[in-house]
Amino acid sequence: MTAKQPVLEVHNIGLTVGSKTILEDCSLTLCPGELKVLIGPSGAGKSTFLQCINFLQMPDTGHIILEGKTIDQKNKAALCTYRTKVGMIFQDFKLFDHLNALDNVAIALRKVRGMTKNAAKERALQELARVNLSEQTTLYPAQLSGGQKQRVAFARALAMDPIILLLDEPTSALDPELVGEVLTVIRDLASHGMTMIMATHQMDFIRSISTEIIFMEKGRIVEQGAPESLLNDAVQSRTKQFYQSLSSL
Amino acid sequence: METFTSLFAGALKTMHVVLDALPSIVSGSVVTLGIVFGALTIGLVIGLFFALLHVYGAPWQRLLVSLYVWFFRGFPILVLLFLGYGCFAAMGLPMHPFLIATIVLGLTSCAYQSQIFRGAILSLRGGQMQAARALGMRDSQAIFSIIIPQALRLSIPGWTNEYSILLKDSAICFVLGTQDIMAKTAFAAARTHEHLALYAAAGVLYFFLTLVIVKLLNRVEQAFHIPGYTSSSGEQNL
Repeated sequence: MTAKQPVLEVHNIGLTVGSKTILEDCSLTLCPGELKVLIGPSGAGKSTFLQCINFLQMPDTGHIILEGKTIDQKNKAALCTYRTKVGMIFQDFKLFDHLNALDNVAIALRKVRGMTKNAAKERALQELARVNLSEQTTLYPAQLSGGQKQRVAFARALAMDPIILLLDEPTSALDPELVGEVLTVIRDLASHGMTMIMATHQMDFIRSISTEIIFMEKGRIVEQGAPESLLNDAVQSRTKQFYQSLSSL
Repeated sequence: METFTSLFAGALKTMHVVLDALPSIVSGSVVTLGIVFGALTIGLVIGLFFALLHVYGAPWQRLLVSLYVWFFRGFPILVLLFLGYGCFAAMGLPMHPFLIATIVLGLTSCAYQSQIFRGAILSLRGGQMQAARALGMRDSQAIFSIIIPQALRLSIPGWTNEYSILLKDSAICFVLGTQDIMAKTAFAAARTHEHLALYAAAGVLYFFLTLVIVKLLNRVEQAFHIPGYTSSSGEQNL
């Protein structure tokens, strides 16, 4: 079996704000179809790490290689292209408040992809159907439930045909009974081979679906490995401690 | 009986004078509305630009906008009008009262409107810009297709208020010799000595112009209303 070529390489990302070190020497590589999960206590830097991977926060040190090309973070046009390939899902959805579900998905297709209004609309309808929202296309964000909002956010990100999706605690802001519908979307994406990095606290989900767990604490990656090796009964890992503390809740 | 007759005759004469002067006074509202809408437009275009600089600009750009706002906020309109007049004279520009009044009121309104828009931009739900960037939009695209459409909607109530203030501020422009409502009224009053009745008529006309346009702007607010996002109470605001 030949080793897969990594699609994304993140090398030694560091970020300091004032005198406080937020991230230190964080690296990971991602091969096509992998789902890596970022876990760790609040304030560990999971969100910031994801934002640095998408250059929504500019890291102070380190570099990122996508499909063999190093990204120049000073080149704004290159960053825009990079971000269309690396989609992002936020904990609080961040839908565009003045646009209905359809236009939330269509606007970037028109502005970034340069698609015509009709072509963008058609594509947006397809993406909304894929996340089971064909009935809600004309509703505004304020008229949607949390789970529906997050599914619109998925449709919006997927419409750009990203090769990687970054998910920043996609279910943390949802009522418990709405978590399932969003997890279904993620599971569906994973089964279709979408490459993803997800920060989450959904431990059962992680165990069943992730290819690797990355445990972060105080801005550093402390442990990483396959779920079965880190959560195995025989090992004593920091990850397992954390896992057990979550499970005992 | 005699006093009643003379009172009645007096009132009749006053009414006659007001009715005579009314066409002239009402014709002044063309100039008044011209100044107000000219100034509002100047204020809208530059004010929006200043608001964006104030929120997203470099520190020196924010400082410049702040200085501008403080200058126009701190000086009385009358002083600004005379300053504007002086500037036009010093630069050898055409001394057209309508033009000077519109520009001075426009630059003043710009200071206030920039603060209306700035407040609106700052009140947008967090992360709108970030979400746009995450989809690969350039900052300019994000500002024009995401930030401004939301900020303008949230600004309509403040903007309605700015219109009604500006309309009444425009009355002071007659000191420059504009042929607005106020100037026509002052002229008729000086000629007929019916100050009380004529200025009351002018006041009613300003009131009427305020009412009509504010109601119209409330309609605009309704037309751009977004369920659950902007307030739907535009029609209830008197």
